[in-house]
Amino acid sequence: MTIEVIKPGLLATPQDPGRVGFAHLGIGRAGAFDAPAFRLANALVGNECDACALEITLLGPTLRFHCDARIAVAGAPLPVQIDGAEQPMWSPLFVRFGQTLTFGAMRSGSRTYLAVYGGFDFEPVLSSRSLDVNAAVGPLGRPLRTGDVLLVRQTENAKRETKAHWRIDPRPWFDAESPLRLLPSTHAHLLDAESRQALFSQSFQVGNDSNRVGVRLRGTQLHLAKSLELISEACVAGTLQLPPSGEPIALGVEHPVSGGYPRIGQIAAVDLPRLAQRRPGDALRFAPCTLEQARRALRERERQLREMETLIATRLKHDA
Amino acid sequence: MSEFIAEPLSEDALLLRFGDSIDPATNARVHAAAAGLQAAALPDVYDIAPAYASLLIRFHPLAWIDLRDPDEAPHARLLDAIESVLRGSEEDEVTETGSRTIEIPVCYGGEFGPDLDEAARHAQLDARDFIARHAAADYSVAMLGFAPGFAYLLGLDPILHVPRRATPRTRVPAGSVAIGGAQTGIYPRELPGGWQIIGRTPSTLFDANRAPPCLLAPSDRVHFRVIDEREFAARAKT
Repeated sequence: MTIEVIKPGLLATPQDPGRVGFAHLGIGRAGAFDAPAFRLANALVGNECDACALEITLLGPTLRFHCDARIAVAGAPLPVQIDGAEQPMWSPLFVRFGQTLTFGAMRSGSRTYLAVYGGFDFEPVLSSRSLDVNAAVGPLGRPLRTGDVLLVRQTENAKRETKAHWRIDPRPWFDAESPLRLLPSTHAHLLDAESRQALFSQSFQVGNDSNRVGVRLRGTQLHLAKSLELISEACVAGTLQLPPSGEPIALGVEHPVSGGYPRIGQIAAVDLPRLAQRRPGDALRFAPCTLEQARRALRERERQLREMETLIATRLKHDA
Repeated sequence: MSEFIAEPLSEDALLLRFGDSIDPATNARVHAAAAGLQAAALPDVYDIAPAYASLLIRFHPLAWIDLRDPDEAPHARLLDAIESVLRGSEEDEVTETGSRTIEIPVCYGGEFGPDLDEAARHAQLDARDFIARHAAADYSVAMLGFAPGFAYLLGLDPILHVPRRATPRTRVPAGSVAIGGAQTGIYPRELPGGWQIIGRTPSTLFDANRAPPCLLAPSDRVHFRVIDEREFAARAKT
């Protein structure tokens, strides 16, 4: 059961929920940046929610299947074709032995997930099949390249062709526009008065040098009332750092485990997928939020996600 | 119990801050707390990661919710548990007997340490004295960060403090032993970096396929041993 990489696209990487428990060794979590889209892609093929999928960035790959496979594509919208025939996203699809799966360029957003029934069968590295591109830790040690042969876990079920004529509504699960809710963080109160206001009233622009490590925000500069020398402390995904340039960096899933820049905010976990979907040039705004509100929103989203996963599982069983 | 300030970093993370400076006493308190919490094995706490003066605690937020009031942030409940663990370990004085000592062979200067001469000039020492002082000190791993397996070491002789390079290098070779201000450390793989490179070790600092993956862990003691190019070559081969 293999899939051959004909063209790798811009950046395609194996991802799962990430590498947990190694922060004390300087090893970050990585994992799928848009976790709900990743989970739904897995749900749509009948996988466990932590199976290894491909994270595709901006311009998708071309893949030739040397096996029959049930697949699904979820995340930022982009053209998906099987042997030239247009296919829907957010729906179970079936690829036959010898067919070619082609992705185009994303119309908006920047990350989409390709799940395959059984999951991509990479050898786990430090108990995860996530590639940390920046740290070069994980399967392959690098993004996909032309000629790579990807193993898929062999399962009998995968061979049975299923015809699904349904798809889920992507609207609750894809958002590259709404403001990001921002919790106050350690050094937020040290911003000067103008910057404190600008943080929530001005729009930022996503820089070209943004990636899974961090999303660089331009267009509005922020400054502390007086400069601050800090010693290195832990960072987490979603931390909004302020380097001396005055241009904030919103840390992504491949952030270094520690950093010494002031922390001026923390993006609510529920909005990390919105951060993941911003592409260079996109506008980005922040909305103030409390930890309490952030937690409630996260629990509510988790509830909706689990409900959707259950509904999909039930429908897949029915189809079979 | 060590005094600390707790701060929620995010929905699933707490930061315990024991001070705001880089000094061995504060760092020792961080490691003592980390060891106490590690031993207590609190459920669904999956990261206990020390920094110079603070400790990151990451946990599964749903597991720490108070089921009588699910709307209440789980941070307070976890913090209660942490405080009672650290209060309990109060009597166990911080001992250094538990920490390992790792010897790291280093070939100083030459092509492996292109900044050695400049660093020595800055310290007003000749290169041999600089090397002798760097290799004589007792170091301890304050924290790992920057890249997998990159250890920030405490214990650098103040005479050897050298400012970072004005222009960082885009590629610092794996194994490079370097000084950045008051800090010294070893690059676990080829990375960009602005520290002054004074030597190189043939030891492998990080290998994801090895268990454990990192040669150095928080609170380890470290000694550098001077080796020549021949020994470097022999060790690099194995």
